[in-house]
Amino acid sequence: MRNRFDRELVSLNEQLTQMGQLCETAIENATKALQDGDMEKAKLVIEKDAEIDQSERDIERLCLKLLLQQQPVARDLRQISAALKMITDMERIGDQTSDIAEIIISAKISETTDFPKIGEMSREAQRMVSDSVSAYVNRDMELAGRVEANDDVVDLLFESVKKELIERIAQSSGRDLTSAQHAIDVIMVAKYLERIADHATNIAE
Amino acid sequence: MSSKFSINALNLYYGEFHALKNITLDIPEHEITALIGPSGCGKSTFLKTLNRMNDLEEGVRIEGKVTLDGTDIYKDMDAIELRKRVGMVFQQPNPFPKSIYENVAYGPRINGIHRKQELDEIVERSLRQAAIWDELKDRLNKSALGLSGGQQQRLCIARTLAVEPEVILMDEPTSALDPISTSRIEDLAIDLKDKYTIVIVTHNMQQASRISDNTAFFLLGELIEYNNTERLFSIPADKRTEDYITGRFG
Repeated sequence: MRNRFDRELVSLNEQLTQMGQLCETAIENATKALQDGDMEKAKLVIEKDAEIDQSERDIERLCLKLLLQQQPVARDLRQISAALKMITDMERIGDQTSDIAEIIISAKISETTDFPKIGEMSREAQRMVSDSVSAYVNRDMELAGRVEANDDVVDLLFESVKKELIERIAQSSGRDLTSAQHAIDVIMVAKYLERIADHATNIAE
Repeated sequence: MSSKFSINALNLYYGEFHALKNITLDIPEHEITALIGPSGCGKSTFLKTLNRMNDLEEGVRIEGKVTLDGTDIYKDMDAIELRKRVGMVFQQPNPFPKSIYENVAYGPRINGIHRKQELDEIVERSLRQAAIWDELKDRLNKSALGLSGGQQQRLCIARTLAVEPEVILMDEPTSALDPISTSRIEDLAIDLKDKYTIVIVTHNMQQASRISDNTAFFLLGELIEYNNTERLFSIPADKRTEDYITGRFG
């Protein structure tokens, strides 16, 4: 019964998994760019963002088609509405990772010269994105719970990056515009990472 | 919300066949209750027990208790009074081969109303309630058989309303109608629930979810699940309900 519909739901799941993997790869590349100053990796993140956007459009179209043709109820309806919410979060993760990559390139931010904490944040956010997608694919409630708990770790790291930046700005001699500019770039990267962690938490929820 | 009907441990047998098995549920007043389930599950049989349409059929045996506002309809009420209070609309529109006016005036007339002015008022009020007055007001003396299926069904609803029932039973009232007529009847049902209690049998899952407040799922003569409609269609409690409403039954 409803073989065609069941096949399309399987396909929806596969497409979601693929989109999740694209997001994972993006944030993995951004983390590497941050760690090693590898600008090629940062450029790759920006290039690949279009694929994530395309996935969002494809999955949204599939969801709307299934809503229209199958008029799903109960678990089918929940699955499709969850998919629609997830792609919004994943698309944001893609955009924010791409924004981070742009800042890395223009401001030449790297973990070694700046803060070990920002590298740590990036690795945590990467793990959260990866775990949230796995939790969805494997229906793993426990893993989803860990993603949610991990959001606090990223929030704390963000606070600590912010505090350190404030101290640096306060200590720098009166008119050091370059380092003030740099501090703002770093806080933006940190804020994007914090938002990425929030989106991963939404997916887990 | 108080209960209009209370059904307690209802069993119905067609000869040896056990068609309704120990059904217990309350039907709230001024709400729409939908009965769903696959063909042969007992939902129409159950609907008919609410105005005693099947207890006179040969070989039918009924056990248990059905009360309307607390009165046992099988023991303490005669069928005529019951059917005045509980009207029914069928799957196929079944107007009498008479004029539109006579179709609606028929019930009040056999209830002893003969004054023309009073009948005129009842006909107009009933047709208005059934959302068909504007379409028919200039052709009240034309034959009801010349109307479209959707108009005939609304006329049948008007005919039911004319005797001022408290409950309206509808047995798949839109399954023979096109989508526009269907949505008219659905809107009408929602408008009518302020004044009446409605129980509707439907095969159309979307219809049940659109118009009803409560839904009862029947399977093989059993009441499997009875719940708030939104809840039943979003998080059904029983796996059999989930399988049926998502189309994966069997």
